[in-house]
Amino acid sequence: MIAFVARRLALVVPVLFGLSLLLFVWLRLLPGDPARALLGERATQEGIDRVNHLYGFDRSLPEQFLLFLERLARGDLGSSIRTGQSVVGSFFERFPATVELAVAGLGLAIVVGIPLGYFAARRKGGPLDHLSVGASLLGVVVPVFFLAYLLKYVFAIRLGWLPTAGRQDVRLDATHPTGLYVLDGVLTGEWDAAWDALLHLILPAMALGAIPLAIIVRITRASVLEVMNEDFVRTARAKGLTRAVIRRRHVMRNALLPVSTTIGLQAGALLAGAVLTETVFALNGVGEFLFTAVNHLDYPVLQGFVLFIAVIYAVVNLLVDVSYAVIDPRARQR
Amino acid sequence: MSAPVLAQEAVPARPGGTWRVALRRLLRRRSAIAGGVIVLLFTVVALAAPLLTPYEPGSAEWAGKITPSSVPGPGPGHLLGLDSFGSDLFTQLVYGARQSLVIGITATGLGLLVGALVGLLAGGLGGWVDTLAMRVTDVMLSIPALLLAVSVAAVMGRSPVAVMIAIAAAQVPVFARLLRGSMLAQRGLDYVVAARSVGVPTSRIVFGQMLPNSVGPVIVQATLVLATATIEVAALSFLGLGQADPTVAEWGRMLVKAQARLESAPHLALLPGACIAVTALGFTLVGEALREVLDPKTTR
Amino acid sequence: MSPTTTRVRRLIAVAGATGLALAITSCSSERGTRQASAGGEKTGTFVFAAASEPVALDPAFVADSESTRVANQIFEGLVSIKPGTAEPAPGLATSWSQTDDGLSYTFQLRKDVKFSDGTPFDAEAVCFNFERWYNWNGPLQAENISNLYQLVFAGFKTSDNPALTKGIYKGCAAQGDAVTITLTRPYGSLIPALAISSFAMQSPTALKQYKADDPGASGDVRRNEYSTAHPTGTGPYLFESWEKGQRLTLRANPTYWGGKPKIDKIVVRIIPDGTARLQALQSGEIDGYDLVAPADVQGLSGAGFQVLPREPLNILYLGMNQADPLLADIRVRKAIAHALDKQAIVSQTLPAGTKPAEQFIPPPVNGYADSVATYDYDPAKAKKLLEEAGAVGKTVTFNYPTGTSRPYMPSPEDTFVAIRTQLEAVGLKVNAVPEKWSPEYLERIKAKTDHGLYLLGGTGIMNSADTFLGIFFGRKTVEWGFEDKKLFESVAAARSARNLAEQGEKYATVSKELMDLLPGIPVAHPVPSLALSPRITGYVTSPLAAEVWNTLEIKG
Repeated sequence: MIAFVARRLALVVPVLFGLSLLLFVWLRLLPGDPARALLGERATQEGIDRVNHLYGFDRSLPEQFLLFLERLARGDLGSSIRTGQSVVGSFFERFPATVELAVAGLGLAIVVGIPLGYFAARRKGGPLDHLSVGASLLGVVVPVFFLAYLLKYVFAIRLGWLPTAGRQDVRLDATHPTGLYVLDGVLTGEWDAAWDALLHLILPAMALGAIPLAIIVRITRASVLEVMNEDFVRTARAKGLTRAVIRRRHVMRNALLPVSTTIGLQAGALLAGAVLTETVFALNGVGEFLFTAVNHLDYPVLQGFVLFIAVIYAVVNLLVDVSYAVIDPRARQR
Repeated sequence: MSAPVLAQEAVPARPGGTWRVALRRLLRRRSAIAGGVIVLLFTVVALAAPLLTPYEPGSAEWAGKITPSSVPGPGPGHLLGLDSFGSDLFTQLVYGARQSLVIGITATGLGLLVGALVGLLAGGLGGWVDTLAMRVTDVMLSIPALLLAVSVAAVMGRSPVAVMIAIAAAQVPVFARLLRGSMLAQRGLDYVVAARSVGVPTSRIVFGQMLPNSVGPVIVQATLVLATATIEVAALSFLGLGQADPTVAEWGRMLVKAQARLESAPHLALLPGACIAVTALGFTLVGEALREVLDPKTTR
Repeated sequence: MSPTTTRVRRLIAVAGATGLALAITSCSSERGTRQASAGGEKTGTFVFAAASEPVALDPAFVADSESTRVANQIFEGLVSIKPGTAEPAPGLATSWSQTDDGLSYTFQLRKDVKFSDGTPFDAEAVCFNFERWYNWNGPLQAENISNLYQLVFAGFKTSDNPALTKGIYKGCAAQGDAVTITLTRPYGSLIPALAISSFAMQSPTALKQYKADDPGASGDVRRNEYSTAHPTGTGPYLFESWEKGQRLTLRANPTYWGGKPKIDKIVVRIIPDGTARLQALQSGEIDGYDLVAPADVQGLSGAGFQVLPREPLNILYLGMNQADPLLADIRVRKAIAHALDKQAIVSQTLPAGTKPAEQFIPPPVNGYADSVATYDYDPAKAKKLLEEAGAVGKTVTFNYPTGTSRPYMPSPEDTFVAIRTQLEAVGLKVNAVPEKWSPEYLERIKAKTDHGLYLLGGTGIMNSADTFLGIFFGRKTVEWGFEDKKLFESVAAARSARNLAEQGEKYATVSKELMDLLPGIPVAHPVPSLALSPRITGYVTSPLAAEVWNTLEIKG
């Protein structure tokens, strides 16, 4: 088991190195001068040259890359050329918002998706089946940001049930020991703050969760259908076990295997969806910051954030693989 | 926003009779027919755009009737009213289908071409080529698809070509994996072993035998990509990386532009949004049905 | 392996990702220091939505509007701005006088003013600030750090860059309640310039204690301890806390010399998306935001919200690059000027209340000329001029930016479409070149010669033609693509006029000359506006967007 994990970890390192090289070259290919982006419409050429010199953008590419690697080895990803904030620092300032959103989105998708998929499979061809398959299709075909706007327009503007933007009513003046606002409210015992943060999460979670929800419904449905036709289910039935026992012990347990893999894969993809959702709902998370960095050509931030996201992606995938290996020993051989 | 559903790897379709059987099974599915109708309608509108409307797209001819706070709605001469630049909204929507079709097909074609090349080389040759190709796709897959598209669009600037390449780039590793998997699965199959043992050159085995047998899953994936392409164009536009010309008849661009008038003229956003959703739905339905039909495991 | 252990392990694995994330975040977040008031104080808090996070709170280092908006609440300068206007008014200095040669200014200081750390505001503190700026060195001389100081004072005590050694600052002398600033050469706009928030007075004790000029741990002077946690001034509000990336909180200064503000607390939160800002105001989550999109003005005021227009201190112009042979022909430039229906452009694409522009400076600014050559909307005349120039049917390149909204250019895409239609109507073909605002578009206009017609402009940072004509036409630039030594010299002469009156006259002459040369066409002075919840009263807008929130009150 340890050897397996070590082998998988060893694979992650070259991928990340390749990625940082790729990112580095890629970003330098971006048209435009970052110093220009920084100084705006009043800038003079001398000013731009000086800023370029200050940030080392006038050095040769290999030199810049070596410098980047050297800093990276020290855990320093540089600082934003726009605001001077350290990249590592600003990532972690914003990461809790994204984690909260991703957990809520994925949580919603799991809590709704698995039962929906299961019952759709049990009554295959019935109205619930059609409904869930249809709804899951809708989740895939509507652009995330458009769905976000629609949800907001209906539930926050027209009906006024939920807040439109942000993570919490700032007038509550809540304390945030962890940066995960719902958890913070629970930890500090400020229940109204926790509740408020939860209300703020509902719409973004629905928007972000739509795609994973659709996928989870379908995978659960397909996999339950497949398992119900397997020999061991037939055997169990022949043994005279009650339906409830068969469902719990045999069908669900086996059907959830592919579902858990899917969930793991979606966890990584959620980070991308977060870019759009966070922007629409002003959640001040990693995705929104990344979007601003693209617009301002903030090399260090872009580089650092994409690298961080790739690491998280890799870690999540690794965990999925490990959990798979735990469940199914055959997977360790691969 | 990764491709929401990936075609399963390595399901060789048996040539000849299988296709006819598949078609017959396809026609028995209501969802496939619904999807097919949407796709057909979409294609007809895209091809016949000039016949459907008397106006030119992006003309901004009636700019004088627009103010920052109001846009004329449906009325005589303008079936759906004007857009926020003073062009005919119906015309923009109709020509938008054309844009979507062109972008979708080109992006899919490009992604498929490059991906297939990589996949074939990797799967067909094996060895270090395979290792290298798979490490590169690993790197590409370690970045979420939308971010990949964003980086490409950012590098290439804002043009239709950039949008196509950006969407295609995200598909390259997917197609490469798909074809490689399919190749590997077939390498051990009897007919390949037999061909090799009688001295058929590798290139002929790959192109004459293995490739045609991988077409099924590739078609399925391509159909699904056509759906995601329509959506990703919109996402890129939203992030300010789509086509730059504001008056261009493109659904994603129109949808994003209309956010500013969501209050006073919600139809400006709802109509292109609906067009995107319906088109994506059509391609998804067809793709899903194709996959189930071509997959011998799902004979239920 | 029993089924139970399998399930447990699977659970652990799935929870792993979440747990990891939790662990990372909990060790990185700052711990709250205050005791939270459960239930929350809902009244007495003014919530403002910023479009982006302030860069820094040390006003000396920043020029962006979100940072200065906050700085204006914490800090004050020697000179302030008369509310509702762009006129200089007494600030921390109650009066001032200057010598006839324009080389020496004496300021009488306000008495009994204290910085929020309790130290006195006095003549020594003033000189400390002036000397601080003048002695900046190394990376502090980068244009993104000390942009405004360089713009006004033109140089430092020492610099590797010879161009930055010829500053106008000479010295500062403290005499009791008065301070005398001497200059090496006259600078006509010194008084309005001192009202810029970058030249606000900061507590010398705090500056020293928290090492304001030191890059600190983050490696950037704008993010050091002073600038992010201890900004100390004399203004009506005090810095309270800054939860980075989320919100910034200010509290009323109980010992403010002008009286304690009526609002207890200000929270600035960040909502980058314009539509999201609008919706947050509509639902009552925020009390106000700046730069309302023209399309939203009517809806908001119809629904009972306050939409407060600012008197525009800006200019939107259509530039005509003379490096383009077609546009080098004055007849073509005049034809384009006559082809533009400015009134239509304004009514189709700019906020209500916007006036078409006739000069490159807005009317309230010192230096606005009484009368200049005008080019009325006259398509027939435009066609005739094009015929004379042999330019009928020629293609003109038209660059415009996308994905941006500036106070002077709220929707450049719409403005482009309107102008394009008008140009096509007089027989020109338009080759549209849209580019992302920053940096592609700015680079195209400012650093490359291949642009043609283009949309650009500027917002005044002080009541002086310096920030318009001085920046636009002070020297040969790639942007305009023309060389005119005489014009550049007159701009330089106006800049170093001995006093405001003389400067006004000189710039008026320049403005007149410019409209004959016609390097571009002033299009409009778009009205920027600010939206507020109906429960806020007492907001007085400033053309410079330099509002101080001590006049605000919250009803109900």
